[in-house]
Amino acid sequence: MLELKDLTYQVEENNEIKTIIDHLDLNIDDGKFVVITGPNGGGKSTLAKLIMGVKELTSGQMIFDGEDITDCSITDRARKGISFAFQQPVHFKGIKVLDLLRLATGKNISVNTACEYLSKVGLCAKEYIDREVNSSLSGGELKRIEIATVLARGTKFSIFDEPEAGIDIWSFQNLIQVFENIRKTVKGTVLIISHQERILNIADEIIVIEDGRVKRHGPKDEVLPELLGTADAVNRACSKMS
Amino acid sequence: MLDNIQKQLLREVADLYKMPKGAYNIRANGEKAARNTTENIDIVTKEDKPGIDIIIKDGTKNESVHIPVVLSESGIKETVYNDFYIGEDCDVVIVAGCGISNCGSHDSEHDGVHRFFVGKNSKIRYVEKHYGEGDGSGKRILNPVTEVYQKENSYVDMEMVQIKGVDSTHRVTKAELAEGATMIVHERLMTHGEQKATSVYEVELNGEGSSTDVISRSVAKDNSEQIFEAAIIGNTVCNGHAECDAIIMDNAHVVAVPKLDARNVDAALIHEAAIGKIAGEQLIKLMSLGLTEAEAEEQIIGGFLR
Repeated sequence: MLELKDLTYQVEENNEIKTIIDHLDLNIDDGKFVVITGPNGGGKSTLAKLIMGVKELTSGQMIFDGEDITDCSITDRARKGISFAFQQPVHFKGIKVLDLLRLATGKNISVNTACEYLSKVGLCAKEYIDREVNSSLSGGELKRIEIATVLARGTKFSIFDEPEAGIDIWSFQNLIQVFENIRKTVKGTVLIISHQERILNIADEIIVIEDGRVKRHGPKDEVLPELLGTADAVNRACSKMS
Repeated sequence: MLDNIQKQLLREVADLYKMPKGAYNIRANGEKAARNTTENIDIVTKEDKPGIDIIIKDGTKNESVHIPVVLSESGIKETVYNDFYIGEDCDVVIVAGCGISNCGSHDSEHDGVHRFFVGKNSKIRYVEKHYGEGDGSGKRILNPVTEVYQKENSYVDMEMVQIKGVDSTHRVTKAELAEGATMIVHERLMTHGEQKATSVYEVELNGEGSSTDVISRSVAKDNSEQIFEAAIIGNTVCNGHAECDAIIMDNAHVVAVPKLDARNVDAALIHEAAIGKIAGEQLIKLMSLGLTEAEAEEQIIGGFLR
Protein backbone atom coordinates (compact mmCIF):
# COMPACT_ATOMS: atom_id res chain seq x y z
CA MET A 1 0.00 0.00 0.00
CA LEU A 2 1.07 3.54 -0.71
CA GLU A 3 0.28 6.04 2.01
CA LEU A 4 0.69 9.76 1.36
CA LYS A 5 0.52 11.81 4.55
CA ASP A 6 0.07 15.56 4.64
CA LEU A 7 2.04 16.10 1.40
CA THR A 8 2.88 19.65 0.49
CA TYR A 9 4.86 20.84 -2.50
CA GLN A 10 5.63 24.49 -3.02
CA VAL A 11 7.61 26.41 -5.61
CA GLU A 12 8.88 29.95 -5.66
CA GLU A 13 7.68 32.00 -8.60
CA ASN A 14 8.47 35.71 -8.94
CA ASN A 15 9.41 35.87 -5.25
CA GLU A 16 6.07 34.38 -4.28
CA ILE A 17 5.50 30.97 -2.76
CA LYS A 18 3.05 28.96 -4.81
CA THR A 19 1.47 25.84 -3.34
CA ILE A 20 0.98 23.07 -5.92
CA ILE A 21 0.17 20.22 -3.54
CA ASP A 22 -1.60 21.35 -0.42
CA HIS A 23 -1.56 19.09 2.69
CA LEU A 24 -2.72 16.12 0.63
CA ASP A 25 -3.61 12.79 2.26
CA LEU A 26 -4.19 9.68 0.19
CA ASN A 27 -4.01 5.91 0.52
CA ILE A 28 -3.77 3.62 -2.50
CA ASP A 29 -4.45 -0.06 -1.83
CA ASP A 30 -2.51 -2.90 -3.41
CA GLY A 31 -3.65 -4.40 -6.68
CA LYS A 32 -6.00 -1.57 -7.54
CA PHE A 33 -6.36 0.07 -10.94
CA VAL A 34 -6.64 3.73 -9.99
CA VAL A 35 -7.16 6.72 -12.27
CA ILE A 36 -6.36 10.24 -11.13
CA THR A 37 -8.22 12.99 -12.94
CA GLY A 38 -9.06 16.63 -12.42
CA PRO A 39 -8.60 20.05 -14.00
CA ASN A 40 -5.32 21.08 -15.63
CA GLY A 41 -2.97 22.75 -13.19
CA GLY A 42 -4.62 20.95 -10.27
CA GLY A 43 -1.43 19.10 -9.28
CA LYS A 44 -1.96 15.62 -10.79
CA SER A 45 1.36 15.31 -12.60
CA THR A 46 3.22 16.92 -9.73
CA LEU A 47 1.77 14.34 -7.37
CA ALA A 48 2.92 11.52 -9.66
CA LYS A 49 6.43 12.98 -9.83
CA LEU A 50 6.54 13.33 -6.05
CA ILE A 51 5.71 9.63 -5.71
CA MET A 52 8.57 8.69 -8.11
CA GLY A 53 10.92 11.14 -6.38
CA VAL A 54 11.42 13.22 -9.53
CA LYS A 55 10.32 16.23 -7.51
CA GLU A 56 11.20 16.73 -3.87
CA LEU A 57 8.51 17.23 -1.23
CA THR A 58 8.36 20.46 0.72
CA SER A 59 6.83 18.58 3.65
CA GLY A 60 4.90 15.41 4.42
CA GLN A 61 5.58 11.71 4.45
CA MET A 62 5.35 8.80 2.02
CA ILE A 63 5.04 5.19 3.14
CA PHE A 64 5.35 2.39 0.58
CA ASP A 65 4.64 -1.15 1.79
CA GLY A 66 5.15 0.00 5.36
CA GLU A 67 8.52 1.59 4.62
CA ASP A 68 9.18 5.33 4.79
CA ILE A 69 10.40 6.36 1.34
CA THR A 70 10.14 10.12 1.88
CA ASP A 71 13.89 10.65 1.59
CA CYS A 72 14.60 7.93 -0.99
CA SER A 73 16.19 8.78 -4.34
CA ILE A 74 14.56 7.97 -7.69
CA THR A 75 16.87 4.95 -8.01
CA ASP A 76 15.92 3.64 -4.56
CA ARG A 77 12.21 4.02 -5.22
CA ALA A 78 12.60 2.28 -8.59
CA ARG A 79 14.41 -0.60 -6.88
CA LYS A 80 11.72 -0.84 -4.22
CA GLY A 81 9.15 -1.42 -6.96
CA ILE A 82 7.84 1.87 -8.32
CA SER A 83 7.81 2.56 -12.08
CA PHE A 84 6.94 5.67 -14.01
CA ALA A 85 5.88 6.27 -17.61
CA PHE A 86 6.65 9.88 -18.37
CA GLN A 87 4.18 12.17 -20.06
CA GLN A 88 6.86 13.36 -22.46
CA PRO A 89 9.19 10.45 -23.21
CA VAL A 90 12.86 11.35 -23.44
CA HIS A 91 15.01 10.88 -26.55
CA PHE A 92 18.32 9.05 -26.38
CA LYS A 93 20.83 9.34 -29.18
CA GLY A 94 22.38 5.95 -29.82
CA ILE A 95 20.31 3.97 -27.31
CA LYS A 96 18.11 1.45 -29.09
CA VAL A 97 14.65 0.26 -28.11
CA LEU A 98 16.14 -3.14 -27.22
CA ASP A 99 18.77 -1.48 -24.99
CA LEU A 100 16.11 0.49 -23.15
CA LEU A 101 14.00 -2.63 -22.56
CA ARG A 102 17.09 -4.46 -21.30
CA LEU A 103 17.85 -1.61 -18.90
CA ALA A 104 14.22 -1.68 -17.78
CA THR A 105 14.25 -5.38 -16.96
CA GLY A 106 17.77 -5.20 -15.53
CA LYS A 107 18.56 -8.34 -17.51
CA ASN A 108 20.09 -9.17 -20.85
CA ILE A 109 16.71 -10.28 -22.17
CA SER A 110 16.45 -11.98 -25.55
CA VAL A 111 15.13 -10.19 -28.61
CA ASN A 112 12.07 -12.44 -28.40
CA THR A 113 11.24 -11.40 -24.86
CA ALA A 114 11.73 -7.73 -25.76
CA CYS A 115 9.42 -8.20 -28.72
CA GLU A 116 6.71 -9.52 -26.42
CA TYR A 117 6.73 -6.25 -24.47
CA LEU A 118 6.49 -4.26 -27.68
CA SER A 119 3.61 -6.39 -28.91
CA LYS A 120 1.79 -5.65 -25.66
CA VAL A 121 1.81 -1.94 -26.53
CA GLY A 122 0.71 -2.60 -30.09
CA LEU A 123 4.03 -2.12 -31.86
CA CYS A 124 5.19 -4.48 -34.53
CA ALA A 125 8.32 -5.54 -32.71
CA LYS A 126 10.60 -6.34 -35.64
CA GLU A 127 10.33 -2.82 -36.97
CA TYR A 128 11.26 -1.20 -33.70
CA ILE A 129 13.66 -3.36 -31.76
CA ASP A 130 16.78 -2.00 -33.48
CA ARG A 131 15.68 1.59 -33.79
CA GLU A 132 17.20 4.34 -31.73
CA VAL A 133 14.95 5.99 -29.17
CA ASN A 134 15.32 9.36 -30.88
CA SER A 135 13.28 11.95 -32.72
CA SER A 136 12.90 9.69 -35.78
CA LEU A 137 10.10 8.00 -33.82
CA SER A 138 6.68 9.65 -33.68
CA GLY A 139 5.10 10.90 -30.47
CA GLY A 140 2.74 7.90 -30.41
CA GLU A 141 5.58 5.43 -30.95
CA LEU A 142 7.72 6.98 -28.21
CA LYS A 143 4.75 6.88 -25.88
CA ARG A 144 4.21 3.17 -26.48
CA ILE A 145 7.88 2.41 -25.98
CA GLU A 146 7.75 4.41 -22.76
CA ILE A 147 4.79 2.30 -21.61
CA ALA A 148 6.62 -0.87 -22.67
CA THR A 149 9.58 0.02 -20.41
CA VAL A 150 7.20 0.16 -17.45
CA LEU A 151 5.55 -3.14 -18.41
CA ALA A 152 8.98 -4.72 -18.82
CA ARG A 153 9.91 -3.76 -15.27
CA GLY A 154 6.79 -5.47 -13.97
CA THR A 155 6.99 -3.73 -10.59
CA LYS A 156 4.30 -3.76 -7.94
CA PHE A 157 3.43 -0.08 -8.45
CA SER A 158 3.25 1.49 -11.93
CA ILE A 159 2.47 5.12 -12.65
CA PHE A 160 1.41 6.36 -16.11
CA ASP A 161 1.35 10.14 -16.46
CA GLU A 162 -1.24 11.14 -19.08
CA PRO A 163 -0.53 8.37 -21.56
CA GLU A 164 -2.97 9.97 -24.01
CA ALA A 165 -1.24 13.37 -24.05
CA GLY A 166 0.39 14.37 -27.31
CA ILE A 167 -0.82 11.51 -29.48
CA ASP A 168 -3.26 11.60 -32.36
CA ILE A 169 -6.78 10.18 -32.18
CA TRP A 170 -5.87 7.07 -34.23
CA SER A 171 -3.03 6.11 -31.96
CA PHE A 172 -5.27 6.86 -29.02
CA GLN A 173 -7.81 4.22 -30.02
CA ASN A 174 -5.06 1.61 -29.92
CA LEU A 175 -3.69 2.94 -26.68
CA ILE A 176 -7.01 2.45 -24.95
CA GLN A 177 -6.83 -1.22 -25.93
CA VAL A 178 -3.32 -1.37 -24.49
CA PHE A 179 -4.62 -0.17 -21.14
CA GLU A 180 -7.60 -2.47 -21.29
CA ASN A 181 -5.12 -5.30 -21.69
CA ILE A 182 -2.95 -4.00 -18.85
CA ARG A 183 -6.12 -3.90 -16.77
CA LYS A 184 -6.68 -7.61 -17.42
CA THR A 185 -3.13 -8.88 -17.08
CA VAL A 186 -1.17 -6.74 -14.65
CA LYS A 187 -0.83 -7.97 -11.10
CA GLY A 188 0.42 -4.91 -9.23
CA THR A 189 -1.10 -1.53 -8.52
CA VAL A 190 -1.62 0.78 -11.52
CA LEU A 191 -1.98 4.53 -11.16
CA ILE A 192 -2.90 6.42 -14.32
CA ILE A 193 -3.33 10.13 -14.69
CA SER A 194 -5.90 10.70 -17.39
CA HIS A 195 -8.74 12.85 -18.65
CA GLN A 196 -10.15 10.16 -20.90
CA GLU A 197 -13.55 8.71 -20.15
CA ARG A 198 -12.59 5.31 -21.61
CA ILE A 199 -9.65 5.07 -19.25
CA LEU A 200 -11.72 6.30 -16.30
CA ASN A 201 -14.24 3.64 -17.26
CA ILE A 202 -11.83 0.75 -16.61
CA ALA A 203 -10.73 2.03 -13.20
CA ASP A 204 -11.45 0.38 -9.85
CA GLU A 205 -11.16 3.73 -8.17
CA ILE A 206 -11.14 7.32 -9.33
CA ILE A 207 -9.37 10.16 -7.54
CA VAL A 208 -10.16 13.76 -8.41
CA ILE A 209 -7.35 16.19 -7.64
CA GLU A 210 -8.10 19.89 -7.65
CA ASP A 211 -6.12 22.81 -6.21
CA GLY A 212 -3.52 20.41 -4.88
CA ARG A 213 -5.96 18.41 -2.79
CA VAL A 214 -8.03 15.26 -3.09
CA LYS A 215 -11.48 16.52 -3.98
CA ARG A 216 -13.03 13.08 -4.41
CA HIS A 217 -11.81 9.50 -3.99
CA GLY A 218 -14.10 6.54 -4.44
CA PRO A 219 -15.13 3.53 -6.52
CA LYS A 220 -15.49 4.19 -10.24
CA ASP A 221 -19.21 3.38 -10.14
CA GLU A 222 -19.78 6.23 -7.71
CA VAL A 223 -17.34 8.86 -8.94
CA LEU A 224 -17.63 8.50 -12.73
CA PRO A 225 -21.38 9.27 -12.95
CA GLU A 226 -20.77 12.39 -10.87
CA LEU A 227 -18.00 13.52 -13.24
CA LEU A 228 -20.00 12.73 -16.36
CA GLY A 229 -23.04 14.36 -14.80
CA THR A 230 -21.04 17.55 -14.52
CA ALA A 231 -19.98 17.29 -18.13
CA ASP A 232 -23.56 16.60 -19.20
CA ALA A 233 -24.71 19.63 -17.30
CA VAL A 234 -22.13 21.74 -19.12
CA ASN A 235 -23.18 20.30 -22.46
CA ARG A 236 -26.83 21.05 -21.77
CA ALA A 237 -26.01 24.61 -20.77
CA CYS A 238 -23.96 25.04 -23.92
CA SER A 239 -26.69 23.63 -26.16
CA LYS A 240 -29.17 26.11 -24.69
CA MET A 241 -26.84 28.97 -25.58
CA SER A 242 -26.57 27.96 -29.21
CA MET B 1 56.74 -12.06 -32.75
CA LEU B 2 54.32 -9.86 -30.92
CA ASP B 3 54.37 -9.72 -27.12
CA ASN B 4 51.29 -9.68 -24.92
CA ILE B 5 51.09 -5.90 -24.61
CA GLN B 6 51.24 -5.58 -28.36
CA LYS B 7 48.56 -8.24 -28.80
CA GLN B 8 46.32 -6.39 -26.33
CA LEU B 9 46.81 -3.16 -28.30
CA LEU B 10 45.91 -4.98 -31.50
CA ARG B 11 42.69 -6.17 -29.96
CA GLU B 12 41.79 -2.61 -28.97
CA VAL B 13 42.53 -0.94 -32.30
CA ALA B 14 41.67 -3.59 -34.83
CA ASP B 15 39.50 -6.14 -32.97
CA LEU B 16 42.21 -8.62 -33.87
CA TYR B 17 42.45 -11.68 -31.69
CA LYS B 18 44.68 -13.55 -34.11
CA MET B 19 46.23 -12.96 -37.48
CA PRO B 20 43.52 -11.60 -39.76
CA LYS B 21 42.36 -13.20 -42.98
CA GLY B 22 43.28 -11.41 -46.17
CA ALA B 23 46.01 -8.83 -46.55
CA TYR B 24 47.68 -7.27 -43.55
CA ASN B 25 50.71 -5.37 -42.40
CA ILE B 26 51.42 -5.09 -38.70
CA ARG B 27 53.93 -2.49 -37.58
CA ALA B 28 55.30 -2.76 -34.04
CA ASN B 29 57.72 -0.27 -32.44
CA GLY B 30 58.73 1.21 -35.76
CA GLU B 31 59.34 -2.05 -37.58
CA LYS B 32 57.43 -4.51 -39.72
CA ALA B 33 56.18 -7.33 -37.49
CA ALA B 34 54.07 -9.28 -39.97
CA ARG B 35 52.75 -8.99 -43.51
CA ASN B 36 50.51 -10.92 -45.82
CA THR B 37 49.48 -10.13 -49.36
CA THR B 38 46.80 -11.71 -51.52
CA GLU B 39 46.29 -12.21 -55.21
CA ASN B 40 44.41 -8.92 -55.45
CA ILE B 41 46.03 -6.86 -52.70
CA ASP B 42 49.71 -6.12 -52.68
CA ILE B 43 51.65 -4.35 -49.93
CA VAL B 44 55.03 -2.85 -50.78
CA THR B 45 57.49 -1.12 -48.44
CA LYS B 46 58.32 2.41 -49.49
CA GLU B 47 61.97 3.00 -50.31
CA ASP B 48 62.25 6.76 -49.89
CA LYS B 49 60.53 7.09 -46.50
CA PRO B 50 58.93 4.95 -43.80
CA GLY B 51 55.62 3.45 -44.84
CA ILE B 52 53.91 1.19 -47.33
CA ASP B 53 51.97 1.26 -50.57
CA ILE B 54 48.80 -0.78 -50.59
CA ILE B 55 47.77 -1.63 -54.12
CA ILE B 56 44.32 -3.06 -54.72
CA LYS B 57 43.53 -4.45 -58.18
CA ASP B 58 40.48 -3.44 -60.22
CA GLY B 59 37.38 -5.45 -59.38
CA THR B 60 38.58 -6.65 -55.94
CA LYS B 61 35.49 -7.42 -53.91
CA ASN B 62 34.73 -8.58 -50.37
CA GLU B 63 38.36 -8.44 -49.29
CA SER B 64 39.95 -6.69 -46.36
CA VAL B 65 43.26 -5.06 -45.45
CA HIS B 66 44.42 -4.62 -41.87
CA ILE B 67 47.31 -2.25 -41.21
CA PRO B 68 47.49 -1.71 -37.44
CA VAL B 69 50.40 -0.02 -35.67
CA VAL B 70 51.40 -0.67 -32.09
CA LEU B 71 53.93 1.15 -29.94
CA SER B 72 54.88 -0.43 -26.65
CA GLU B 73 58.33 1.07 -26.07
CA SER B 74 58.43 4.46 -24.42
CA GLY B 75 59.98 7.29 -26.39
CA ILE B 76 59.33 6.16 -29.96
CA LYS B 77 58.50 8.97 -32.36
CA GLU B 78 57.68 8.15 -35.94
CA THR B 79 55.97 9.48 -39.02
CA VAL B 80 54.68 6.83 -41.40
CA TYR B 81 53.40 7.36 -44.92
CA ASN B 82 50.84 4.88 -46.19
CA ASP B 83 49.36 5.20 -49.66
CA PHE B 84 46.31 3.24 -50.78
CA TYR B 85 45.85 2.78 -54.51
CA ILE B 86 42.38 1.38 -54.96
CA GLY B 87 41.40 0.28 -58.47
CA GLU B 88 38.02 0.56 -60.17
CA ASP B 89 34.89 -1.38 -59.19
CA CYS B 90 36.29 -2.55 -55.86
CA ASP B 91 34.46 -3.23 -52.62
CA VAL B 92 36.93 -3.53 -49.74
CA VAL B 93 37.28 -2.93 -46.02
CA ILE B 94 40.42 -1.28 -44.69
CA VAL B 95 41.12 -1.38 -40.98
CA ALA B 96 43.88 0.87 -39.65
CA GLY B 97 44.49 2.01 -36.12
CA CYS B 98 47.19 2.78 -33.64
CA GLY B 99 47.61 1.59 -30.10
CA ILE B 100 50.20 3.08 -27.78
CA SER B 101 51.18 1.61 -24.44
CA ASN B 102 53.51 3.99 -22.70
CA CYS B 103 54.67 3.03 -19.25
CA GLY B 104 57.86 5.05 -19.47
CA SER B 105 58.71 8.70 -18.98
CA HIS B 106 59.33 9.61 -22.62
CA ASP B 107 56.63 10.72 -25.02
CA SER B 108 55.51 8.19 -27.63
CA GLU B 109 54.24 9.57 -30.88
CA HIS B 110 52.89 8.06 -34.08
CA ASP B 111 51.95 10.32 -36.95
CA GLY B 112 50.32 8.40 -39.77
CA VAL B 113 49.90 10.07 -43.12
CA HIS B 114 47.36 8.12 -45.14
CA ARG B 115 46.51 8.90 -48.74
CA PHE B 116 43.66 7.19 -50.54
CA PHE B 117 43.33 7.16 -54.31
CA VAL B 118 39.91 5.64 -54.91
CA GLY B 119 39.06 4.46 -58.43
CA LYS B 120 35.78 4.81 -60.28
CA ASN B 121 32.73 3.02 -58.84
CA SER B 122 34.73 1.63 -55.93
CA LYS B 123 33.34 1.27 -52.45
CA ILE B 124 35.62 1.54 -49.43
CA ARG B 125 34.92 1.18 -45.78
CA TYR B 126 37.77 2.54 -43.69
CA VAL B 127 37.94 2.04 -39.92
CA GLU B 128 40.58 3.77 -37.84
CA LYS B 129 40.77 3.34 -34.09
CA HIS B 130 43.13 5.01 -31.67
CA TYR B 131 43.87 3.72 -28.23
CA GLY B 132 46.35 4.55 -25.52
CA GLU B 133 47.27 2.94 -22.21
CA GLY B 134 50.08 2.83 -19.70
CA ASP B 135 50.70 4.72 -16.47
CA GLY B 136 54.05 6.32 -17.27
CA SER B 137 54.50 10.08 -17.34
CA GLY B 138 55.37 9.98 -21.05
CA LYS B 139 52.60 11.28 -23.27
CA ARG B 140 50.78 9.26 -25.93
CA ILE B 141 50.51 11.37 -29.03
CA LEU B 142 48.79 10.62 -32.36
CA ASN B 143 48.60 13.08 -35.22
CA PRO B 144 46.93 11.42 -38.19
CA VAL B 145 46.68 13.06 -41.58
CA THR B 146 44.26 11.55 -44.06
CA GLU B 147 43.91 12.59 -47.67
CA VAL B 148 41.21 11.12 -49.89
CA TYR B 149 40.97 11.52 -53.65
CA GLN B 150 37.76 10.04 -54.98
CA LYS B 151 37.10 9.33 -58.66
CA GLU B 152 33.65 9.25 -60.29
CA ASN B 153 30.85 7.46 -58.40
CA SER B 154 33.14 6.12 -55.71
CA TYR B 155 31.89 5.70 -52.17
CA VAL B 156 33.98 6.07 -49.03
CA ASP B 157 32.67 5.40 -45.56
CA MET B 158 35.14 6.35 -42.83
CA GLU B 159 34.82 5.52 -39.18
CA MET B 160 37.28 7.29 -36.89
CA VAL B 161 37.26 6.27 -33.26
CA GLN B 162 39.31 7.49 -30.32
CA ILE B 163 37.77 6.58 -27.02
CA LYS B 164 40.54 6.21 -24.52
CA GLY B 165 44.01 7.04 -23.44
CA VAL B 166 45.45 9.31 -26.11
CA ASP B 167 46.90 12.48 -24.57
CA SER B 168 47.11 14.61 -27.63
CA THR B 169 45.67 14.35 -31.12
CA HIS B 170 45.65 16.67 -34.06
CA ARG B 171 43.70 15.04 -36.85
CA VAL B 172 43.53 16.50 -40.32
CA THR B 173 41.32 14.94 -42.98
CA LYS B 174 41.08 16.31 -46.51
CA ALA B 175 39.02 14.98 -49.36
CA GLU B 176 38.38 15.85 -53.00
CA LEU B 177 35.36 14.31 -54.67
CA ALA B 178 34.66 13.88 -58.38
CA GLU B 179 31.28 13.49 -60.09
CA GLY B 180 28.77 11.34 -58.22
CA ALA B 181 31.23 10.48 -55.45
CA THR B 182 30.09 10.16 -51.84
CA MET B 183 32.04 10.43 -48.62
CA ILE B 184 30.58 9.60 -45.23
CA VAL B 185 32.54 10.24 -42.04
CA HIS B 186 31.56 9.07 -38.57
CA GLU B 187 33.90 10.34 -35.91
CA ARG B 188 33.60 9.27 -32.29
CA LEU B 189 35.77 10.80 -29.68
CA MET B 190 36.04 10.79 -25.94
CA THR B 191 38.59 12.84 -24.04
CA HIS B 192 39.30 12.91 -20.33
CA GLY B 193 41.90 14.13 -17.86
CA GLU B 194 44.05 16.81 -19.44
CA GLN B 195 43.73 15.46 -22.99
CA LYS B 196 43.54 17.63 -26.04
CA ALA B 197 42.02 16.62 -29.37
CA THR B 198 41.70 18.66 -32.51
CA SER B 199 39.90 17.40 -35.57
CA VAL B 200 39.89 19.29 -38.83
CA TYR B 201 37.93 18.19 -41.89
CA GLU B 202 38.02 19.80 -45.29
CA VAL B 203 35.91 18.24 -48.00
CA GLU B 204 35.89 19.69 -51.50
CA LEU B 205 32.91 18.74 -53.62
CA ASN B 206 34.24 19.22 -57.14
CA GLY B 207 32.13 16.88 -59.27
CA GLU B 208 28.45 17.26 -60.11
CA GLY B 209 26.21 15.26 -57.80
CA SER B 210 28.96 14.61 -55.28
CA SER B 211 27.97 14.52 -51.63
CA THR B 212 29.38 14.28 -48.14
CA ASP B 213 28.13 13.77 -44.63
CA VAL B 214 30.59 14.45 -41.81
CA ILE B 215 29.21 13.45 -38.43
CA SER B 216 31.09 13.87 -35.18
CA ARG B 217 29.91 12.68 -31.81
CA SER B 218 32.11 13.44 -28.87
CA VAL B 219 32.22 13.47 -25.09
CA ALA B 220 34.61 15.77 -23.24
CA LYS B 221 35.23 14.97 -19.57
CA ASP B 222 37.39 16.39 -16.77
CA ASN B 223 39.70 19.19 -17.96
CA SER B 224 39.98 17.97 -21.53
CA GLU B 225 39.72 20.12 -24.62
CA GLN B 226 38.25 19.39 -28.04
CA ILE B 227 38.25 21.45 -31.19
CA PHE B 228 36.19 20.33 -34.17
CA GLU B 229 36.46 22.15 -37.46
CA ALA B 230 34.49 21.06 -40.49
CA ALA B 231 34.77 22.87 -43.78
CA ILE B 232 32.76 21.84 -46.81
CA ILE B 233 33.46 23.49 -50.10
CA GLY B 234 30.80 23.19 -52.78
CA ASN B 235 32.13 23.98 -56.24
CA THR B 236 29.21 22.59 -58.22
CA VAL B 237 25.77 20.95 -57.89
CA CYS B 238 26.37 18.99 -54.71
CA ASN B 239 25.14 18.13 -51.23
CA GLY B 240 27.16 18.64 -48.07
CA HIS B 241 26.20 18.11 -44.46
CA ALA B 242 28.33 18.40 -41.34
CA GLU B 243 27.15 17.69 -37.84
CA CYS B 244 28.95 18.10 -34.55
CA ASP B 245 27.22 16.81 -31.47
CA ALA B 246 29.13 17.05 -28.22
CA ILE B 247 28.44 16.24 -24.59
CA ILE B 248 30.41 18.48 -22.28
CA MET B 249 31.11 17.47 -18.67
CA ASP B 250 33.06 18.69 -15.64
CA ASN B 251 35.51 21.47 -16.62
CA ALA B 252 35.94 20.48 -20.24
CA HIS B 253 36.16 22.87 -23.15
CA VAL B 254 34.59 22.17 -26.55
CA VAL B 255 34.87 24.32 -29.65
CA ALA B 256 32.90 23.65 -32.85
CA VAL B 257 33.87 25.65 -35.91
CA PRO B 258 31.62 25.21 -38.93
CA LYS B 259 32.65 26.49 -42.33
CA LEU B 260 30.50 26.23 -45.42
CA ASP B 261 31.91 27.58 -48.64
CA ALA B 262 29.49 27.54 -51.59
CA ARG B 263 30.85 28.54 -54.95
CA ASN B 264 27.88 27.45 -57.01
CA VAL B 265 24.22 28.42 -56.77
CA ASP B 266 23.24 24.71 -56.67
CA ALA B 267 25.58 23.74 -53.84
CA ALA B 268 23.35 22.69 -50.93
CA LEU B 269 25.42 22.84 -47.74
CA ILE B 270 24.20 22.39 -44.17
CA HIS B 271 25.98 22.51 -40.85
CA GLU B 272 24.58 21.57 -37.48
CA ALA B 273 26.39 21.86 -34.19
CA ALA B 274 25.16 21.17 -30.69
CA ILE B 275 27.15 21.20 -27.46
CA GLY B 276 25.48 20.51 -24.16
CA LYS B 277 25.56 18.57 -20.96
CA ILE B 278 23.68 15.30 -20.48
CA ALA B 279 19.99 16.14 -20.30
CA GLY B 280 18.56 15.86 -16.79
CA GLU B 281 15.46 14.08 -18.15
CA GLN B 282 17.63 11.34 -19.64
CA LEU B 283 19.26 10.69 -16.26
CA ILE B 284 15.89 10.75 -14.50
CA LYS B 285 14.36 8.26 -16.96
CA LEU B 286 17.18 5.77 -16.54
CA MET B 287 17.22 6.24 -12.77
CA SER B 288 13.48 5.50 -12.77
CA LEU B 289 14.44 2.14 -14.32
CA GLY B 290 16.60 1.45 -11.27
CA LEU B 291 20.02 2.67 -12.46
CA THR B 292 22.18 4.86 -10.25
CA GLU B 293 23.11 8.29 -11.57
CA ALA B 294 26.61 7.07 -12.46
CA GLU B 295 25.24 4.00 -14.26
CA ALA B 296 22.74 6.17 -16.14
CA GLU B 297 25.53 8.51 -17.22
CA GLU B 298 27.60 5.58 -18.46
CA GLN B 299 24.70 4.23 -20.53
CA ILE B 300 23.95 7.62 -22.06
CA ILE B 301 27.59 8.20 -23.04
CA GLY B 302 27.97 4.62 -24.27
CA GLY B 303 24.93 4.97 -26.53
CA PHE B 304 25.95 8.41 -27.74
CA LEU B 305 29.39 7.17 -28.79
CA ARG B 306 28.16 3.94 -30.30
